[in-house]
Amino acid sequence: MTALPATTDKKLGLVIDLDTCVGCHACVTACKGWNTQNYGVPLSDQDPYGMPSGTFLNRIHSFQSQPEPVNDIPQLARTTHFPRSCLHCEDAPCVTVCPTGASYKRAEDGIVLVNEDACMGCGLCAWACPYGARELDQQAGVMKKCTLCVDRIYNDNLPEEDREPACVRTCPAGARHFGDLGDPESDVSKLVAERGGVDLMPEQGTKPVNQYLPPRPRDTLQAPEMTGEEDVLAPFLAPVAEEPKGLLAWVDRALEKI
Amino acid sequence: MQPAPSVIIFSTLSGAGFGLLFFLGLGMPVVTGGIAFGFYVIAYLLAVGGLMASVFHLGNKKNAWKSYSQWRTSWLSREAWFAVSALLCMGLYAFLQVFFATTVATLGFLGAALSLCTVFATSMIYAQLKTIPRWNQPATPGFFVAASLAGGALLSNNPNLAMVLLLVLAAVVAFHWWKGDQRFAEAGSTIETATQLKGRVSLWEKPHTGENYLTHEMVYQVARKHAVKLRVIALLLMTVVPIFLVLVFGPHHLPVALAVLSHLAGLFAQRWLFFAEAEHVVGLYYGAHTGKQTA
Ligand code: SF4
Ligand code: SF4
Ligand code: SF4
Repeated sequence: MTALPATTDKKLGLVIDLDTCVGCHACVTACKGWNTQNYGVPLSDQDPYGMPSGTFLNRIHSFQSQPEPVNDIPQLARTTHFPRSCLHCEDAPCVTVCPTGASYKRAEDGIVLVNEDACMGCGLCAWACPYGARELDQQAGVMKKCTLCVDRIYNDNLPEEDREPACVRTCPAGARHFGDLGDPESDVSKLVAERGGVDLMPEQGTKPVNQYLPPRPRDTLQAPEMTGEEDVLAPFLAPVAEEPKGLLAWVDRALEKI
Repeated sequence: MQPAPSVIIFSTLSGAGFGLLFFLGLGMPVVTGGIAFGFYVIAYLLAVGGLMASVFHLGNKKNAWKSYSQWRTSWLSREAWFAVSALLCMGLYAFLQVFFATTVATLGFLGAALSLCTVFATSMIYAQLKTIPRWNQPATPGFFVAASLAGGALLSNNPNLAMVLLLVLAAVVAFHWWKGDQRFAEAGSTIETATQLKGRVSLWEKPHTGENYLTHEMVYQVARKHAVKLRVIALLLMTVVPIFLVLVFGPHHLPVALAVLSHLAGLFAQRWLFFAEAEHVVGLYYGAHTGKQTA
């Protein structure tokens, strides 16, 4: 049923530490490795030796941020690696839009899942998610998303230390934490309280369960002296949209002639 | 958003088809026998043809029937219900008109209402999405319904009503563009709210060097320089040319047929823009739309 449960007994989710993530993509690989062999259809790749693309449940972006000058003294720009996977939102818009009942949120632990046997691959849930956490597998035509490794965390066949999500288990920097964010006494809840964990895009009203820990202020020892001339080229380095192809290219050329 | 031809064809043609069914259901005109047959063939070809086109958009067509299950929460499911009930109800009404020259007005009214509900449900699939601020506004259902009624009035040979409705449609569409251009900033999502990082934030590196489902489907950016031209073309073909044809040549078969074709071509352009101009907030994670966010 794609109605959301009023409350869930637990709120299982991830806490992602943007201060310690080094952007190594180990969690991306571990996630794809585990999930391509377990829950649901494999995570397919297209054109691996040409222009590769594929389905991932977890992707790492890297952002640059330029703090405002302090007392007219420019501050060092900084890089933040930013893992992005499903936030298992309490008010998940991806669930309520689903026409087939394939998308659901579990009342017992709050995990948001797709029942692939019922999914018709309309893609509406991916449109409804603000965070890009859902990808339609191009081979199977069904919706894939982070399962919070539901087939690991309760799996008695695994050694106890492996009963956590593959991405958490593998992260060499300890930047991903797993636990019950509904229990204020849990390790993850304490970590969020201590470090000031935040919701992504709170204005979207999704009430994410996953929390992000902001980067700590940088050490200024031995930092290079800033003069204010450093980023003159930055505005010219914005990403450029690609030229359209096929039907679009035709529309483009036809309109150009008018 | 990626302007997928199947979805554009679906929403345009089925909208016009259900608009025609609406007027036939209201008895504007009351038709029987062979003439009725002609009208209903056109209406069903448009409505059902459009629905078929939307099925091509599905990744896993064999589960399409399951979309009837979630009418309590999902507009897509409600659309499926309304469409089938409208088609069945109007099918019975048409059957009685064509073969028994009998018009059951209540059945027609019910069918008309269901036809309009179908178009409204379709529009709500888009209008409900907070993630796409341009669509998330009342004018989205407004122009879907106006387009369906205007096309239906043209097809059902109600020329005077059609001209009024075409003007209403043009006004609603223009308002939708004007409001739509502000919606992204109004919604308030920025690369800073998306990342919660401090200072001026920009994308430094994408997750992968290639494209993926998200960037293909939702971080689609078309050369916006064409948008103004296309808007003018859409308005001309959708409203101005049809009105001109009907006014100058009168409500005869050929000018009305040409007016319908022009109207549908204009609507294709309008629907193409509806998708191509729509900014999904996930684009912020890919460094897109930062020019549209609030400063
Ligand atoms: S992050 Fe996206 S896919 Fe995950 S629960 Fe929230 S809205 Fe749904
Ligand atoms: S793609 Fe599948 S899970 Fe998503 S809304 Fe459509 S039917 Fe539901
Ligand atoms: S919890 Fe599992 S499915 Fe989700 S991102 Fe981590 S490894 Fe992938």
